[in-house]
Amino acid sequence: MSEDLKILDEVTNSEYKYGFVSNIESDNAPKGLDESTVRFISAKKNEPEWLLEWRLKSFRHWLTLEEPTWANVHYPKIDFQDIIYYSAPKKKPSLNSLDELDPEIKATFDKLGISLIEQQRLAGVAVDAVIDSVSVKTTFRETLGELGIIFCSFSEAVHDHPDLIKKYLGSVIPHTDNYYAALNSAVFSDGSFCYIPKGVRCPMELSTYFRINSAGTGQFERTLIIAEEGSFVSYLEGCTAPMRDENQLHAAIVEIISHTDATVKYSTVQNWYPGDKNGKGGIYNFVTKRGICMGDRAKISWTQVETGSAITWKYPSVILKGDYSVGEFYSVAVTNNMQQADTGTKMIHLGKKTKSIIISKGISCGKSQNSYRGLVRIGKKAEHARNFSQCDSLLIGDKCGAHTFPYIEVGNKTAKVEHEATTSKVGEDQIFYCNQRGISTEDAVNLIVNGYCKEVFNQLPMEFAVEAQKLLAISLEGSVG
Amino acid sequence: MSTITKYQTASTAFVQEAQVFADLYGSAHPTLAAIRKQAIVAFSNRGIPTMKHEEWKYVNLTSIAQTDYRTASPADSQKLSNSDAEQYRYAGKDAILCVIENGKLNVAASTMTGIPAGVRIGSIDDFSSDAAVMSHLFTHASFEEEAMVALNTMLCYSPIIIKVDAKVKCDTVIQLIFATVPGVDPLLIPARVLVVAGEQSEFTVVESYHTLGAGALTFNNVVSEVVVGKAARVHYSKIQVEGDEAQHINYHKVNMARDSYQHLTTLSLGGAIVRNNLNIRLDAEQVNAYLNGLYVLNQKQVIDNHTLVDHAMPNCYSNELYKGIIGDQAQGVFNGKIWVREDAQKTNAYQSNKNLLLSNQASMNTKPQLEIYADDVKCSHGATTGQLDDEALFYLRARGIGETVARSLLNHAFAADVIEQVENETLRESLMQLLDVKLSALQIEA
Repeated sequence: MSEDLKILDEVTNSEYKYGFVSNIESDNAPKGLDESTVRFISAKKNEPEWLLEWRLKSFRHWLTLEEPTWANVHYPKIDFQDIIYYSAPKKKPSLNSLDELDPEIKATFDKLGISLIEQQRLAGVAVDAVIDSVSVKTTFRETLGELGIIFCSFSEAVHDHPDLIKKYLGSVIPHTDNYYAALNSAVFSDGSFCYIPKGVRCPMELSTYFRINSAGTGQFERTLIIAEEGSFVSYLEGCTAPMRDENQLHAAIVEIISHTDATVKYSTVQNWYPGDKNGKGGIYNFVTKRGICMGDRAKISWTQVETGSAITWKYPSVILKGDYSVGEFYSVAVTNNMQQADTGTKMIHLGKKTKSIIISKGISCGKSQNSYRGLVRIGKKAEHARNFSQCDSLLIGDKCGAHTFPYIEVGNKTAKVEHEATTSKVGEDQIFYCNQRGISTEDAVNLIVNGYCKEVFNQLPMEFAVEAQKLLAISLEGSVG
Repeated sequence: MSTITKYQTASTAFVQEAQVFADLYGSAHPTLAAIRKQAIVAFSNRGIPTMKHEEWKYVNLTSIAQTDYRTASPADSQKLSNSDAEQYRYAGKDAILCVIENGKLNVAASTMTGIPAGVRIGSIDDFSSDAAVMSHLFTHASFEEEAMVALNTMLCYSPIIIKVDAKVKCDTVIQLIFATVPGVDPLLIPARVLVVAGEQSEFTVVESYHTLGAGALTFNNVVSEVVVGKAARVHYSKIQVEGDEAQHINYHKVNMARDSYQHLTTLSLGGAIVRNNLNIRLDAEQVNAYLNGLYVLNQKQVIDNHTLVDHAMPNCYSNELYKGIIGDQAQGVFNGKIWVREDAQKTNAYQSNKNLLLSNQASMNTKPQLEIYADDVKCSHGATTGQLDDEALFYLRARGIGETVARSLLNHAFAADVIEQVENETLRESLMQLLDVKLSALQIEA
């Protein structure tokens, strides 16, 4: 066996570090999906009538839709009647201090290395921790409250800020948008809500950790971020999930509204359970994420590091409506074993002199399939719009695949759109160069891959950049290209 | 009538016509009867593709679906004479001109003298005793996967065949002139070409498409199959200069054997709706394939170039260059796919698509795709859409060249890139002339 193959074999055998199950008593909805499930969820959350109506409208629309099949991913048909649509920790947490937190939950976070106390004291990060759909603990809310920033769970926002929710819910991603968006709109359990008032610069990184815990639970998060005129916020989302045999569906929605001169930076590190090396188990990550630059000079920036999930299928997008607005997308997607990823972005240019940049780095190992799919659309009125896209793929091993499907639609002659893509493997000459200087092949590959992803990692906030590099190292553990 | 019903009605009408044709002409070549039957089934299942179909996303075929076509039949009489064809002579006075009038070879109008030894050109009847050639007929372009190939396969009864024997080097260019003569009723023309290149042969084929005279709508549904033998070299050009109303959908399938080479140029200037599907299969090692395309559009023209370069074996090279200039309310589409299969290691595949938009009503949709299942490869694609470089314009204007002239100079330079790669000099010059005529018709806006 050659060195390459041996090390590849080691990688494929490396175990999922975060695979454990915490025993928290769950208050589950009965399995299956019909109108009564939607009513059950709504009742559980004590929701006002208008929201229930909205959910039911979404549900009825969902019934008329067909499951989409156009993506370059393959999986057994999902039985939507075999999913538990609501699961909440039984002890209703309304806590005054961290000490009151369920010790099990706290231990779970400790294993993940995101001790709330640590984070609160040292990192200055406000964490809205979500375990199975109900927001357990929101920290730093008071500090944020002084600035007028609202950062709370979605269900709290429904009760405390119904006007904002009514105004913005579904305004970027309508319930009719796509199959999974309609499903989410019908059965979403909880999520995060964030509102930055006019002219406020959020003093800390806002962060949510999603975890999928109970077996057979689909997770349907909903995040809504509103940045008023001239404000700034950096939002982090991190995901880890325990090891499970059954495939689990995750169909979340993230909506971002960025008003005049506001900037929203949304960073994701996704490390859900990818399934074992035979492709058994793992999360289906079918997420709809979209932001809109409503006003002039608004900016939305997506950064994602996708290392987990059996199937990742998502396209964080930006609608550039305001003149001079800016959309950014930086992505690293690593697939190993039997993982599949079909991810990318959509940049819809509507306003004048709008700009977008897309940097996508795909790395495929094992028997995985990694696709970039993206759309750049320049509307008829988008004078002098500018786009630059670069999609690179790196192949490690001869059983994997890397694919690029960019759609470029230009409807205005003053637009300048550039797209380039390359596919290659780690150069033998590069490895040889490192070997010559006393760097082992394994370290050399790590070095080269890290360098390859640097453009994206540079966009991540510090804590995340460190975590992302660690994740990458785990993914490529003992590896050689 | 709703759009969907229109599509269904039109599809059913074509199938009925295919069954009538099978009864009338099917007995001439019984071996093909079974294939035609399968094609009828395939077409009935698929129907005329709508925009919901991913591969047809940017082209609206409603104008085809709602036109009540009659299919050109082998029994139609032919009108054209030799002088009609001579005006389209693009590759010198020695070139062989084959006139295919409404899908059927018109020997009277053709100039078929001076065909070198080892080269045979004719209709299906001339080849019916050649089992090797007949085995290629109707087999390479997949009617199972493509509705429009199925449409052609079930309706085409007069394919044209070119066969070049092994080791024959033919300097005389073979030009196939596809002349569309519109009639009183809208006409569907199912034309088909089979080119079989023997081992180590080398030759040049030109397909050119023209409309002669005025009349009802015409829809050319063409399938070309090119079988390139071991170490053969084939130069191929497709030139579309049809009338403003013409509809044209064509499939071009090339199968390449070991050490072979092919250079394919597609020049699209005419027609209302033109769709080119190129499917190049690199079926053995050490194959070199070049695909170049140029499209210059104005008014409400729609062009859709779909290319698939299928790297099935290791150690092959492919290079693709497509350029477009789009003015007025025209729409351009480019969908280029490079597919590297699992075992195709050491593949080098390059693709580039560059577009100039001349007007604010013009649009360009580009989808360059890479699908790669092997790791030791070098593949890249690039796509740009924009307008002329201001600095280049300034450079010319600083030297006393007026803006309009400067712009047309730059447009010409942009487009000429593609044509300059055509090997045959006479042909290259003819193409350059065709390009200049078209460019001068474009509205050049500042």
